[in-house]
Amino acid sequence: MGIVIVDGQEIEIADDERLNAIQVARRAGVDVPHYCWHPGLTVVASCRMCLVETGTRDAESGEIKMVPKLVPGCQTPATDGSVFVTNSEKVRHSRAFVEEGLLIDHPIDCPICDKAGECHLQDYHFEHGQDARRADIRPFTSRRRDVGPTVTLFVDRCVMCSRCVRFTREVSGTSELMVIDRGAREEIDVFDGFPLDNKLSGNVVDLCPVGALGDKDFLYKQRVWFMKSHDGVCAGCSAGCSVVVDENQDKVYRLRPRENMAVNKWWMCDDGRYGFHHVHDEARLVELERRAAAGYESIEWSQVPAALEIELSSAGRLAGLISPHLTVEEAYLLAQLLRKFDEEALLALGPVPVQGEDEHYPGDFTIRAEKCPNRRGVEEVLRHFNGGATSLDDVLSQVESGAVGGVWLTGGYREPSLDEGIAQRLTAAKVVVVQDMFTSPVWERAHFRLPGVAFAERSGSYVNCAGHLQSFSWAVRPPTGARVEGSLYWQMLEQPGMYNPRSVLAEIAGTIPAFDAAAGEIPSTGVALEAPAMSPTA
Amino acid sequence: MSTFEPVLLANIGKEKSFTREVYESAGGYTALRKVLKEMQPADVIEVVKDSKLRGRGGAGFPCGLKWTFLPKDHPGPIYFCLNADESEPGTFNNRILMEDDPHQVLEGLIISCFATRATTAYIYLRVEYPLCFERLQAAIDECYEAGYLGQKILGKDFSLDIYLHSGAAAYICGEETGLIESLEGKRAWPRIKPPFPAIEGVFRKPTVVNNVETVACVPHIINRGVPWFLSIGVPADPDNPRDAGSYGPKLYCLSGHVNKPGCYEAPLGITTRQLIDDFGGGVWKGRKAKAAIPGGISMGLLTEEEFDLPLDFAGPGKADCLGLGTAAVVVLDETVSMIDFLHNSCRFFDHESCGQCTPCREGTAWSVQMLERIRAGKGRLKDLELLLEIGDTIGIIPGTTICGLSDGAAWPIKNAIRKFRSEFEEYIKRTNATGYMETEPVEALPIAAHGH
Ligand SMILES: Cc1cc2nc3c(=O)[nH]c(=O)nc-3n(C[C@H](O)[C@H](O)[C@H](O)COP(=O)(O)O)c2cc1C
Ligand code: SF4
Repeated sequence: MGIVIVDGQEIEIADDERLNAIQVARRAGVDVPHYCWHPGLTVVASCRMCLVETGTRDAESGEIKMVPKLVPGCQTPATDGSVFVTNSEKVRHSRAFVEEGLLIDHPIDCPICDKAGECHLQDYHFEHGQDARRADIRPFTSRRRDVGPTVTLFVDRCVMCSRCVRFTREVSGTSELMVIDRGAREEIDVFDGFPLDNKLSGNVVDLCPVGALGDKDFLYKQRVWFMKSHDGVCAGCSAGCSVVVDENQDKVYRLRPRENMAVNKWWMCDDGRYGFHHVHDEARLVELERRAAAGYESIEWSQVPAALEIELSSAGRLAGLISPHLTVEEAYLLAQLLRKFDEEALLALGPVPVQGEDEHYPGDFTIRAEKCPNRRGVEEVLRHFNGGATSLDDVLSQVESGAVGGVWLTGGYREPSLDEGIAQRLTAAKVVVVQDMFTSPVWERAHFRLPGVAFAERSGSYVNCAGHLQSFSWAVRPPTGARVEGSLYWQMLEQPGMYNPRSVLAEIAGTIPAFDAAAGEIPSTGVALEAPAMSPTA
Repeated sequence: MSTFEPVLLANIGKEKSFTREVYESAGGYTALRKVLKEMQPADVIEVVKDSKLRGRGGAGFPCGLKWTFLPKDHPGPIYFCLNADESEPGTFNNRILMEDDPHQVLEGLIISCFATRATTAYIYLRVEYPLCFERLQAAIDECYEAGYLGQKILGKDFSLDIYLHSGAAAYICGEETGLIESLEGKRAWPRIKPPFPAIEGVFRKPTVVNNVETVACVPHIINRGVPWFLSIGVPADPDNPRDAGSYGPKLYCLSGHVNKPGCYEAPLGITTRQLIDDFGGGVWKGRKAKAAIPGGISMGLLTEEEFDLPLDFAGPGKADCLGLGTAAVVVLDETVSMIDFLHNSCRFFDHESCGQCTPCREGTAWSVQMLERIRAGKGRLKDLELLLEIGDTIGIIPGTTICGLSDGAAWPIKNAIRKFRSEFEEYIKRTNATGYMETEPVEALPIAAHGH
């Protein structure tokens, strides 16, 4: 253990901790402003915003010796006896000087800049900048440069931190972005014919500490201060990246990666980032229907539990196809529900969409081929109920043979997975219940068509491909007519009050050994389920 | 002075001085033969250390000491980079050596590589020196023929290859880590240190970077001995523990308003006045000198009254200059406007800043904007304060930047305004009689295009 002094405060660091001055100051509650430094990128120490004074305290005499020059906090390791001063006049002046320099050529077009409200240049200027302009006044330019299909560059807002350039070199490994020209005429650019076009491209917008890189998908859609941010988990693939869902009045505007060292570090892929638009797709199912003598008739959610109870009780053997888009809690409740009607109900994992192969990036980031968030979570639940032995095909075969009379299917897939092949094998079933977001061949032929919800509308937990469980709450409410799958099970299981995934997870943790680690409070970054029973990751 | 015998320039002026034949006829490559026959690498380092040879590239770092920073018993390759980027304004001593006596440079380089156990050397050559390229390449070829390069040099267990690399035509490529990045094929953005090149340099391997003139001194130290080298120059100040002394001969580049500009060899410690009078034939057109740049533009300015300070590593600092730099003395006669001088200096650094560090990038650009406006008759007294604030803030000395380019940008500003303040003030008042007291931000001039 070591002691580091930050602005007079003594901070403990462990022997194996490798922190820089910015990180150790943060621990002391001191924010050292910075642009170019990012924990996920190499240190370049070039923006010079994080300059601090440093020195060492002699272990024996306790005497403090300061270095005469300023040092970049990002580049200066904090070790036992390190002393940092972040609030001296010298530090204040150098920050103000850097801010002033950055603003000399900046268009100061905050009113029309997407970044306003979450811009470091803005925030730091208020906190550390000069209160009056001293440089000559120039007519500002505001040039926009198209750098790729997802990202646009507002050239004159750039502070040359080079984070985006380093990202494409070190994390995506695609190296599209570069610096052209020299000195104050430097700009970010791409080579002709080689646009910023890779599956991690959107991250450069998050990395940009100012409003230089704009996300075309989000540009001019919302002022950031109108939005509320919710911790969520991306449902795009089985990596299960931690995200922030930015929403206003039940409309999702943006997904951003949320730091989680156990899962996605600071990144997410573009498929996930831009893969939320289906939430507000006009084609979302919102009409609740049951099959009638001729065609379909509308029913009310209030009628559904009783109607299902009657139909399922008389359907004979039941089966459930549990979608890897359902949460662990929903999978558990649906399994319980079906077993309530039929103690020997067959339970199987629904279709698992797979596209291509896992895509690995140099920055230790992988986009998974498995395009659903909770295959492992559902599998663990099923293993508890029936040893996990039943497959989708088993269920369908038994429907075809007439052994199974009632089937409950769940969807939530972005692309229709409950396809014609499955639909045809269900024709013999007496009762087919479907909960889904979009129509499908199975939906077309279902006896009960129950509109379900999208990932941003769900609460509960997913277990990613590495066995890491993350819990999250809904960010937006589903469209009128659609209902959270789990809340229906909750009601039909006659649980008290509102659907409460937290209490369900507590019950699961107490019942299923694989979920031991999920007992108690789940941190926002989730927990690793370290059960030997977990199947190895593909 | 009269006893001083030039050694670095001894061959220059001879017919075909750049050939091996002429070089060897005057004792060339005897130092190399002696080293390979009688010495171990550590012995050579010891000799160079004892000679107190300091780097001639600008920073004056003790050469032998730098060589000892290399990791001991390093299993992989060690690289030697010969810094021949020579782009400090006013400096052309490397050029003279490479054009007219390339074998002297190569002999020094080969011995230096032997000492540092480098097996590959790169000569990073300023691209604007095509004749140097030609002559060096021819000399390298001659060395391979003579067995001074290649495998088993002179039959000893020492192999070396030298590659000539054309620079990327930017001042910053001369900064040692900018040079390394450029050599690796990247933008010459100086690296943050540590690690220093001796630990992790080109291709992430231990690397020595030395100036052309530095290595050119080495054969003479071997041939003539340490006491000879120490007998030339200015001894260390016993009262200043940080003064490492200034020993040996030095090539001074004299230019500007003198009758006989040129590259002259003199003992370290000659004064500016001696240089102008004894070598330069006095200030031109019978005028008086007003000031001089002591060692390349980045070192700042000496006033005429300061011309009697020795041009050794410690001298210019006594007059608040940055240092001796490259010992390139540029003389400014009494007709020179300090405003024009500073404008030109600021223009250079604005053009050459690599642009990584905010204080350097923005400070150099802002300073040139102000000077352009001052020259256009729209200056304010306040601008002088702002310029000085820039000058006092940017640089590795205050710690606000990565490399020394910005210290070089700062010093001319600080020296010119502090030493010639009344001239600046009078100019501003005279040319902007109604606005010189203005303190609010003013309208900028349109951006001017910058050329080389
Ligand atoms: C902006 C800048 C430009 C430089 N240009 C040169 C140069 O052109 N040639 C050179 O030898 N050293 C140059 N240097 C100094 C080198 O960084 C380095 O100190 C030197 O090459 C070391 O060699 P020496 O120890 O033999 O002097 C420059 C330094 C800076 C900061
Ligand atoms: S000080 Fe200037 S030239 Fe040197 S690295 Fe920084 S920006 Fe580049």
